[in-house]
Amino acid sequence: MTENNYAARGLTKRIIPCLDIKDGRTVKGTNFVDLRDAGDPVELGALYAQQGADELVFLDITATVEKRKTLSELVNKISHHINIPFTVGGGIASVEDVSVLLQNGADKISVNTAAYKRPGLIRELERSFGSQCVVLAIDTKKEEDGEWYVYLNGGRTKTETRCVDWARHAVELGAGEILLTSMNHDGTKQGFALDITRTLATQLPVPVIASGGGGTMQHFVDVFEEGKADAGLAASIFHFKEMGIGELKQYLKGKAVNVRIEE
Amino acid sequence: MVLTIIKYNAGNIQSVLYALERIGMEAVVTDDHEAIMAADKVIFPGVGEASSAMRYLQERNLDKLIWQLKQPVLGICLGMQLMCRYSEENNTDCLGIFDEKVKLFRPEEHAKRHHLLHGLNEMLAMREASMLRDNVEEEAEPVLKIPQIGWNNIYNLKTSLFEGIKEESYCYFVHGYYAALGEHTIATTDYVQPYSSALHRDNFYGVQFHPEKSAEVGERILKNFVELI
Repeated sequence: MTENNYAARGLTKRIIPCLDIKDGRTVKGTNFVDLRDAGDPVELGALYAQQGADELVFLDITATVEKRKTLSELVNKISHHINIPFTVGGGIASVEDVSVLLQNGADKISVNTAAYKRPGLIRELERSFGSQCVVLAIDTKKEEDGEWYVYLNGGRTKTETRCVDWARHAVELGAGEILLTSMNHDGTKQGFALDITRTLATQLPVPVIASGGGGTMQHFVDVFEEGKADAGLAASIFHFKEMGIGELKQYLKGKAVNVRIEE
Repeated sequence: MVLTIIKYNAGNIQSVLYALERIGMEAVVTDDHEAIMAADKVIFPGVGEASSAMRYLQERNLDKLIWQLKQPVLGICLGMQLMCRYSEENNTDCLGIFDEKVKLFRPEEHAKRHHLLHGLNEMLAMREASMLRDNVEEEAEPVLKIPQIGWNNIYNLKTSLFEGIKEESYCYFVHGYYAALGEHTIATTDYVQPYSSALHRDNFYGVQFHPEKSAEVGERILKNFVELI
């Protein structure tokens, strides 16, 4: 409290490293291709927690029916070792899928393509587990007409639905949080998509996690200040030690962004 | 030391169990009355909805059992709310161990206060530099989101539950309803307005946040409950 007269109370902005999982290992692609190996998810997750990450997201990018058991075992291992909340996503399509993950210690789950194809899934999940654990992940891309559209299947399939319409509908159905990934920005390290992030964050009554494009610490300031995001998510800049989480949070604090730093 | 977690129809029981394992404690998850009565310490967790949780407890007479417990009891999140007198969540009469009422966060009330304050600031600004007034650009106030999800400070910490925990430490919260401040408040947090983030009466303790998900701070609080209370 001495050198800093900015001692804000209240809910903090969250920094969330995202770990893409394939066959039990962490990988991260650039614009969803070119996968690179970045380590053991449990060890890496525990390290991030220690460095001050506020939450973790694990996305199983090869989630198939036969891999489901592997994922739940991994989730169980994560929840034994990690003392902060975490979200699990990838190929989740039913109440049963979610039930297994939550029983193994996941705090939230994220749904994407399956929820778009069958929006009733969101309501079923909300009724069964509460909206606080239902995160809707949206991959979105700005087209030449200036509108943001929803993409499915890890960004491979375009839809004609506007991002803002789908997000609003999903929140009405019971989604408790939106994880918004801009495909235009993902992997570029040129900054987050401030316009669509701000649109969702100021119009929806649920938190928005901004993802895609975070390359410098100032980008995070921008996504919180201008984009009004509740959380900022990134992957490779953390995995490849281009930016330390502790260092990022100190920078944010210096810019008067309210973040969690334990003295 | 026998540590028992009350088993009922509310989530996060596994997470509490794993968190205790991380600090080297074993616990039994059970709804067996004798086992709960015989425990040295009891944890009453919970994520979910108040009325269905109360109904579940009543059907199994667990509501009466909790009242009879003489050993230290720690309610977590919904568990703490159920230990209060009443919850606005589906107008539920709760256990009544803590006299505090559980209410829904109402951000519009916060907005009203904000506008009052804003109006006052504007008046002061007018008096001091009236020429600047025309240039004031209205900044859209970010929507306060309900439920509160994320890390927030705890302060005005009391009792040995918070031994070694610094004022303003951060804990992880997920909740749309809150317990008002009252005589049993032993920790305060600000969201929309100051509210009780922990309560204490006799052998009963309750925390609104999730110690099992609140990093080292949360682990220390669980440890304090096990070792000091």
